[in-house]
Formats: sequence, C-alpha cells, structure tokens
Amino acid sequence: MDLNFTSEELAFRDEVRAFMREQLPADIAQRIKSGLSIRADDYRRWQTILYRKGWGAPTWPKQSGGTGWTPVQLHIFDEESAAAGAPRTIPFGLKMVGPVIMAFGNPTQQQRWLPRIVSGEDWWCQGYSEPGAGSDLASLKTRAERQGDHYIVNGQKTWNTLGQYADWIFCLVRTDPHAPKQQQGISFLLIDMKTPGITVRPIITMEGAHEVNEVWLENVKVPVENRIGEENKGWTYAKFLLGHERTNIAGVGASKRELQRLKDIARQETKNGRPLIEDPLFAARVAQVEIDLMALEMTQLRVLSAEAQKRAPGPEASILKIKGTEVQQALSELMMYAVGPYALPFERGSREEGDLRSIAGPSYAAPLAATYCNYRKVSIYGGSNEIQRNIISQMILGL
Amino acid sequence: MDFNFTEEQQLLADTVRRFVREHYPFEARREILKSKEGWSRDLWQQLAGLGLTALNVPEEHGGLAAGPVDTMLVMNALGEGLVLEPYLSASVITPALLARIGDEKAAADLLPAVAAGERIVIVAHQEPKTRGELNHVATRAEKSGDSFVLDGHKSVIMHGGAADEFLVSARTAGKTGDRDGISLFRVAPGASGLKMKVYRTIDEQQAADVELTKVKVPATALVGAEGRAFPALESAHDLGLSAICGEAVGIMKAVNAATLEYTKNRKQFGQPIAKFQVLQHRMADMFLNAEQATSMSYLAALKCTDPDLGERRRALSAAKVAVGQAGRFVGQQAIQLHGGMGMTDELIVSHYFKRLTAIDLTFGDTDFHLQQFIAATPAA
Repeated sequence: MDLNFTSEELAFRDEVRAFMREQLPADIAQRIKSGLSIRADDYRRWQTILYRKGWGAPTWPKQSGGTGWTPVQLHIFDEESAAAGAPRTIPFGLKMVGPVIMAFGNPTQQQRWLPRIVSGEDWWCQGYSEPGAGSDLASLKTRAERQGDHYIVNGQKTWNTLGQYADWIFCLVRTDPHAPKQQQGISFLLIDMKTPGITVRPIITMEGAHEVNEVWLENVKVPVENRIGEENKGWTYAKFLLGHERTNIAGVGASKRELQRLKDIARQETKNGRPLIEDPLFAARVAQVEIDLMALEMTQLRVLSAEAQKRAPGPEASILKIKGTEVQQALSELMMYAVGPYALPFERGSREEGDLRSIAGPSYAAPLAATYCNYRKVSIYGGSNEIQRNIISQMILGL
Repeated sequence: MDFNFTEEQQLLADTVRRFVREHYPFEARREILKSKEGWSRDLWQQLAGLGLTALNVPEEHGGLAAGPVDTMLVMNALGEGLVLEPYLSASVITPALLARIGDEKAAADLLPAVAAGERIVIVAHQEPKTRGELNHVATRAEKSGDSFVLDGHKSVIMHGGAADEFLVSARTAGKTGDRDGISLFRVAPGASGLKMKVYRTIDEQQAADVELTKVKVPATALVGAEGRAFPALESAHDLGLSAICGEAVGIMKAVNAATLEYTKNRKQFGQPIAKFQVLQHRMADMFLNAEQATSMSYLAALKCTDPDLGERRRALSAAKVAVGQAGRFVGQQAIQLHGGMGMTDELIVSHYFKRLTAIDLTFGDTDFHLQQFIAATPAA
C-alpha cells in the first residue's frame, strides 16, 4: 500500500493543473467558487474546451473518443478540476446514456451519437422517472406501440434535469404491457427532443429554481432504429446505466472545495467577538465533516483501486453515494448556519442568475440558504439513499 | 498510488487469522480467563513462534522490522479473536519505543528477548490526569548521586501485571505538561517502593496501577538521553494508535458477520428477522461504518510514521475519531439487533462490544482526538 502518487501521476497532475490555470474561464470558476449555479452556456463552453484538449469524455475508453485514463488519473482530474472551480460535466450523456450506447448499441448507433456527446454538440436528458415510478422504477407506464418502423410513444416523465436545454432524451418505455413481470416489458428508446408531441413543463423547486421538468409525450413518433438493444430487454440496460450513474458520485473533489469555502466564511464571521472558526462547537462540527470527508476519500480510492481490475462499478458505489451525499448536505447546512440570520434574505433567481450583490449582509451569504434547500435533493436522486441501503443489504450482505 | 497488500502481507494476514481461528476459539478464551493471570504464557509462546513478537523489532536486534501495515493486519486478526495476550503493549509499543529512543545499549539488552517473546517489557506512561495527552507527566525522577529516585502514579497500564520489566516515564526537568524534561527508566516490578495493583478491565483484558514511592534506580537505568524521551514516546504511541485502529476494524468486521448470521437465524413473526427492512438498513449502516473505519485504519497505518508531524497528527486523530465513532455505532447496534441475547455473557457479541468500548477509551477518546485534529489542522 502506498498513498503517494507515482512520478507519472504527479506529472499528470501538473498537466491538469496547468490546463485549468490556462483554459478554465475565470467567470465560470468565479461562479462555482461563489456557490452559484452554472448556466447552460457555461456548461457548453466548458465541454467544448475539454473536447478540444481531448478530455471531452474523461471516463470513456480511448476507442470511443474518451481519455482512457486510469482510476487514479480520474481521481486526480476530479480533484484538480474541482479545486480550480471547474463545473462537473453534465452526467446524462457522458455517464448515463453514453456507456449504454457503448455496451449495447450497434455500430451505426455508436457512430451517430457517441462523438456528439464527447464534443458537447448534443445535450442529453433523462426520461426514466415518472410520477408513479420513482424508486419503483420498473412500474413505469409510458407506452410505446410499434407501428411499422416506428414506435408511437405516450406518457409522462418527470424529474427531468435541465431538459429545457436538451437535444435528446433517453427513455424507458413499456413495449409489452402483458409481460409476466413488469421488468420484462420495457425498452430503451432515444428520442429527439424536437419531435412533435413533446412538451417540457418546468417544475419550480423550493429555492425558486428551474432545474427540473415534467416531459409530456403525446403520440411521439420514434424510429425503431432509435431503440438500443432488444425490444423488452430495456431493464437490463437501465440497471447498467444506474450502475454507471453512481461512478464518481461521491464528489470528493467538489466537497473539498466546499469545505474550504465553509472555512473561509467561518473565518470572516464572528461569534462572541471571535472568528466563528475558533468557536469550539462550530470548530468541532467542521472537523467532523472534514474527518467524514477524509474517510470518504480513502474509501473512494479503495473502490477505484478495486475497480481498476474489473472496470465496472460494483455495489460498493452505493457506499460512496450515501456517504458522499451526507457530506455534501452537511457542508451546505454548516455554511448556511455559519452566516446566521443573513442566510435569510432571499431573492428568487439570484443563485441562478449569478447576482452576487446581496439584498442585505455579506455577498457570500446570498446563495447559502438556496443551496441548502437545493441540496436536499442529493440524498433523493440517483437512487435514494434508502434504495442504496437496499442495494447494500441485497448485493453485499446477501439479504 | 496503490491499495494492494504485498504477497508477504497477505500471507501474514492469512497465517494469523488461521491461527486465531484454530487456536483461539471463544471457548478457549473463556478457559484462559479463568486463570489468575487472565492470559496464557503458552499462547504467547505460540504467537512468538509465528514471529509476531519480532514484527516491530529492528533486524539487528533479532526482529523482522516489518511496517505499520503488517502490524495493522496482525491486529485485524487479533481483534477478531479478542486475544488477551499483551501483544499491543509488549510487541508493538515497547519495541517501537526502544527502536526510536536512540539507546543502543538498552536496545541490545532488551530487544532480542522482546523479539523472542521471552521478556515482556511494558511501558508505564499514562497517569491519572493524562487523558490522552502524552506530555502530561507528573511523575518525577530526582537525581541523587549515582541514582534516580522516582515518585509518582502510573494508571491503567495495559497488561501491567504481565511485565517482567517496566519502562517508566518520569520528569527529570520542567513542569507537568512540558514536552521537554521527560526521561525513561528501566524499573523492575519488584523494586522497593513500587506498589502495583493488578486488575481486570471491563473488556476482560488486564491492567495495573503502579505507585512509585521513592523508587531508587541506578543512573544506568536511564534509557535514552535525559529529558528527551518525548519524541520516541509519541512516535511509539502513534504506531500504537494505528495498531489499535486495526484491532477495532477486525472486531467490527467480526461483529457484523455475527450479527448478520444471528438475524438470519432468529425467527419472529414467522420469519427470520433479517427479512425486516428496518434491520437490513441498520446492518447496511453497520457495514458502511466498518468500511469507513477500515479506510481510516489504512490512512493511520500509512501516515503513522510520516515525518511531517502535523500531517501525522491529523491523520491519526482523524482515524481514531472515525474508528471510535464507528466502533460505538457498530457495537451498540450489534447488541440491539441481538436483542436480549446480546446482553448475555454467553454470546461473543457482548465481548466484542466491550472491547470496542474499551478501545475508544484508550489512547485518548473521540472527543480528545477531535480536539487534537482541530489543533493540528492549519487555519488557512
């Protein structure tokens, strides 16, 4: 066992660092480091920059247009880009549908869609969840009926993240409503968001943000060649996708950056006439999160090291999902409490629009309550943390 | 970066685990506990026969000069067996201290016998007001001609009763709490003026309080330079911290396996209680805690010899906090999930619980190390 990077890994770290210094737009880094949300154009700009460097798909193998990086390189990239204030890449193409197309798509499909994910030309969104199918995903009702060389799709998808910008949606649809088990009649379709019959309706979350949508599908005509894999075998591909979704879900790099921001804020705030960071109670809370984060990072490195042999994320990813999101939530909560009553003044949209002028109080306080509210989502999405515990008890404990 | 064990380490881990499973079943441990000493010389010799007592001794003194990762792997296995013999005290902390204090004569005198398991030397350092602070030494040693005279109280010295010889820390200069001025002395348990009270601890290990009243030792009993023992004491205890984290992880994995097994067999409401989701999620959390603790025990082993003292302190205190908290959660939930049976002396789970509890109270508890971590973390 050795925690030190090899000289090659150190050289790679320097290369990533230099790239971030030279290529990461300052306005994007400023937004990230101030805790503001990232706009669609910022994501697109950053993806283009990464693509030009040849880093458009960090987690993909070389032959599919990825970097072919080792798990340790991925870890270094995550760490360095987060520290520099780079946005996380949008996961829907790179981490969700991309790996499915790679594993189960035919060569034509791979050539058609994969390069445009890497280049950032296509923005993807997810069409998994439905109003009645959340954790129990296999109970989904959206219907796809075969008519010649097309499917006619009808139904409603929800919790569709950033779909208002998307070019394509990957959908789980029911192609056989009479299958003996509900998992058996599902297919995996790729749908052009410009197809007539698709309506995207915003869902406004409690902090006033438009991050998620409902997507209504009414008689949407989808060519059969847009189906990945076999008809009625979609559940297999869906599970594969969910496994990949948890790759790097721990967000260690971003949480380290947020921990630093928390400390910066707590140094500027005061309590009993002293910097808040020196208050024993607050310092103990910060230390607790920092220790949890250290443990998470070590666990992530252990999982990465094990994955290096077999290449596919196992049920261990559930550990990272649970502990990673707990740390993220704890950090967002502590940051809000650090500024006390100045967490309260709120202007709808300011976190999204990037207005750093606060209504009242220090500017760093402005987005904190909204972020705290927004971060309640992390233990719900990507398979709720309760579902992750089910996975651990079934797949690891054998219950 | 590499998270694999070497083939030799894997072999060591397998050997000790197999030994513990074959020679240290719970019933055998019960028999050992019936003896007055509460540990077995015979088993000690067997551990020595496997080379384990030589693990932390330098090669030039008949040892194997293994690293903290090897020690961690041994402690994982000894944890699973709840081994009663004085391994942590006599084969981890003592040789580490003697190897680091820079006294060739004492090392040559003591280490070969320590490595062979023939002589049990115990460090008597902790005092009633220490609470994890290694610099808190109130015991004094006054120079008087060719001798030193020691006065003080050493408390809850693990395996003190097993000692053939003590290494006693005492202050030759400065005031209680100073890092400078602490010296180390060889003291025989039978020395005149030394009163020892040997007792069992809650986890059925044994410990001793040692009172020193005008204990006279020759000047040659001084080990290392006068007043300069602290860095070696600290560094030996750092290896001890890493080792005890490894022991706790071994216990947690065993506790979780026992709990899983129990809930699969125990039936209520017509089905195994492992079928209930509330218990499944609890066991998932116990597993998560044990995994996080495992990660931190690795960090402790990899950092406990780091020359950067601040980095070392941060890693070790973080590990002790994480392991302490995980141990408390896993231990308490294991009792809870075993129900009434978890309360009994009959099942091993209560013994695991007690050892995990004792570990959190050893070498500074969770709160102590949380404070140490804060102090060692740079402000910027």
